[in-house]
Amino acid sequence: MVNSNLSTFSDWSFNSALAIYLVVLVLHAAEYGFTRNPDRKRELVAAGGTGGAELAPDLGTTITQGRTLPERLGRTAVSLTVLAAVLHGVSLLLRGLATQRVPWGNMYEFGSAICLVAVVAWLVVLRKHDVRHIGAFVMLPMLLLLFVAGKLLYVEAAPLMPALRSYWITIHVSAAILASGVFLVSGVASVLYLIRLPHEANPERFAAMGPKLPAAASLDRLAYRLTVFAFPIFTFGIIAGAIWAESAWGRYWGWDPKETVSFIAWVIYAGYLHARATAGWRGSRSAWVNVLAFLTMIFNLFFVNLVTTGLHSYAGV
Amino acid sequence: MATFAFLRNTWRGLTSMRTALVLLFLLALAAMPGALLPQRLTAGDKVGKYFEESPNLAPVLDRLGLFNVFGSIWFSAIYVLLFISLVGCLVPRTVEYAKQMRAKPVLTPRNLARLPHHAKSTVDTSAEDVVAAARERLRGWRTDVRVEDDGSHTISAEKGFLREAGNLVFHFALMAMLVAIAFGKMFGFEGQVIIHAGDRQGFCNSGIYAYDSFRPGLRVDGTELQPFCVRVNDFEATFLHNGQADSFHANVSYQEAADLEAGTWREAGLQVNSPLRLAGGTVYLLGHGYSPRFTVTFPDGQKRTEATQWQTMNTVTLLSQGATKFDPPGVSDPEKRRTGQLAVTGLFAPTAAFEGTLMTSVFPDLRDPAVAVDVMRGDLGNESGKGQSIFEIDKSMVDAGRLKKVARQNLRIGEEIALDDGTKIRFDGVGRWVGVQVGYDPGRFSVLIAGVLVLLGLGASLSIKRRRVWLRATPAPEGAESARTVVEVGGLARTDQAGYGEEFTTLAADLLRPGKER
Ligand code: HEM
Repeated sequence: MVNSNLSTFSDWSFNSALAIYLVVLVLHAAEYGFTRNPDRKRELVAAGGTGGAELAPDLGTTITQGRTLPERLGRTAVSLTVLAAVLHGVSLLLRGLATQRVPWGNMYEFGSAICLVAVVAWLVVLRKHDVRHIGAFVMLPMLLLLFVAGKLLYVEAAPLMPALRSYWITIHVSAAILASGVFLVSGVASVLYLIRLPHEANPERFAAMGPKLPAAASLDRLAYRLTVFAFPIFTFGIIAGAIWAESAWGRYWGWDPKETVSFIAWVIYAGYLHARATAGWRGSRSAWVNVLAFLTMIFNLFFVNLVTTGLHSYAGV
Repeated sequence: MATFAFLRNTWRGLTSMRTALVLLFLLALAAMPGALLPQRLTAGDKVGKYFEESPNLAPVLDRLGLFNVFGSIWFSAIYVLLFISLVGCLVPRTVEYAKQMRAKPVLTPRNLARLPHHAKSTVDTSAEDVVAAARERLRGWRTDVRVEDDGSHTISAEKGFLREAGNLVFHFALMAMLVAIAFGKMFGFEGQVIIHAGDRQGFCNSGIYAYDSFRPGLRVDGTELQPFCVRVNDFEATFLHNGQADSFHANVSYQEAADLEAGTWREAGLQVNSPLRLAGGTVYLLGHGYSPRFTVTFPDGQKRTEATQWQTMNTVTLLSQGATKFDPPGVSDPEKRRTGQLAVTGLFAPTAAFEGTLMTSVFPDLRDPAVAVDVMRGDLGNESGKGQSIFEIDKSMVDAGRLKKVARQNLRIGEEIALDDGTKIRFDGVGRWVGVQVGYDPGRFSVLIAGVLVLLGLGASLSIKRRRVWLRATPAPEGAESARTVVEVGGLARTDQAGYGEEFTTLAADLLRPGKER
């Protein structure tokens, strides 16, 4: 039933992708390290610009003739990210072909798919915004998650258990994956915002990291746009899950631990969207809420699947 | 007067955005124990275990309702407050929105250069033509053209009203969903029952007593169920070589409505993820297990055959335990009957493996079935008035010495135990049972519709941008070259959304060069 050749190739692709991401992380870290602190003057110019200059541009990547070292490092990193993402996608595709089902039937595959979405979301962000130099901050949590999924939660390719055999797994789980991956990038932006904001108020604070980060307003906007993109998808995922639960378990909602924590995460994300429209909650408070919401998603992924035993038979690690 | 002020302030406080936010966080926080602690609703057995493991803490948590979070007063209080706040928030917003829909786009600001987006040019076209062209370009926007005192022509335009509409739809749908959920809970029910494969009688949804467990809604007393009957003709489970379940399939016959009188049975397949939807309720396949069949031959030659379901202990190997009980036939003296009752109790393995005489199961399918049983004789305690578990013998009868073990043996199919009085107990074979759940929820469909509206509203409100653009065409002062017009445009995104910049740039480029359109 399971084609073991294909699943072996899938594992190889996965491991190569993991290795390349590691190189990407190092390159981005070096890029960040070698980037010179932008001097005050330029920062003022950037901050004074109008709508067009949405994300603080050209940090250290001055328009000299040749490319600076950080710029070359960063560009290499992005090319390698694309390569790794392709391998990563191939590994999931081969898993799916090997098992003749969607490649998100257990936590390894689910975690890996979330990471792929995060990487793709990051590459899309890069096309629009000049934030390449913070790549390391996106790669780090993504790699941690990928490592946990691929090395600690790995399982052999196998068919789905009967409870999961429904076309709803395609709909419900892919929505959850898509949303989670985008939420990850959004969460990173909010964390960086929480570092940058105090630095902007007082340059003494986070003096090492702060100056090179994009402007707080840009990070805030980036986080918001990503969450606004992912939140309806997440909502759809929960609704699709309820429809599936209705046909599988006999009720559309039963406060199973997984359902409960998804509900909590959803409410916190709704809180984030509200916070941004509420006086006194804009800024760092709402950023904290966004981070908290993402932590709840992670908690749902690991704690609920591995520790509690609900009906979600995903836990088959 | 003071009371009125107090009420008004309370109402304002409750319906403010800040309160809504706090209530949202409270809701999330309050739901947390529901995920961290076992809940009666979903894991009653684990609550029992928790009580055994933390005898001091558990009663305190229980008092606080932490084992039944979603039925607790405080949880309900939070969401009721939230929804009151929502109503208080939505009503004025709906009124406001209706007003805005009828209002004209706001006047063009005196100084367009102070807006976040701004551009300016001088053209040869007349002010009227500039505005006419702009109107053309701004098709799909709500526009208003005015002529100012100094002879300038202006146009104010606004777009993205559907955003607020989406937002209102979203929040209203959320309320509708809660109402539909409550309605379904009120008039619905949930029941579980075990049906033996091959049992000609099957199960009929004729009243609460037909169920093994039944959870009615508040307004359901079980007397007005819409009847239907289901019987399981056969059940098949397949497993992978490693024991993982591969598929479950039950062939069932059912009858409902007119079928019941006509006596017709219809065929259907029942699978996980594929329930049988009937008017009186939906039938779900939730579990399955085995029922070993024993035949007792009493000393006088009379035979009795029983196949009670045994309870699955290990969900992977399907090792099961249970008790099959027999009454001695033809004994009318209650005293005598009570000393001659039999129970066959112990373990069943679909694929048995022995370690000495200790039996375990190594595979969930029926490859080599066997039982390891004790035979108990005496008083089963049926008349004690206590509820009997079908899976166990009454331990108190054993403790009281009124029920005694008379044999212990492992049996494969066809093997038998002979008791001292000549009674023989034979392990005949194995039947299967399926556990089904019957769910009836009349609010289900409305909840789904509300869910779809929630999604549509959310999509509209998060993707549509509310934005404004103004244009002022001012004829150049007297004496300047003929027909020159100064055109100024300004733009403002009403909602906190980046990305208006790009749209504005292209829009401004078109507006500033009337006549040279693309
Ligand atoms: C039942 C709990 C509630 C949930 C789950 C919820 C959820 C949401 C979500 C997800 C959004 C973002 C989508 C959008 O912008 O339209 C939103 C926006 C909004 N909500 Fe709620 N809401 C709730 C209760 C309330 C209450 C009680 C109020 C009023 C006090 C309120 C007022 C608003 C407003 C004004 C916005 C628009 C914010 C903006 O313009 O960005 N909501 N709500």
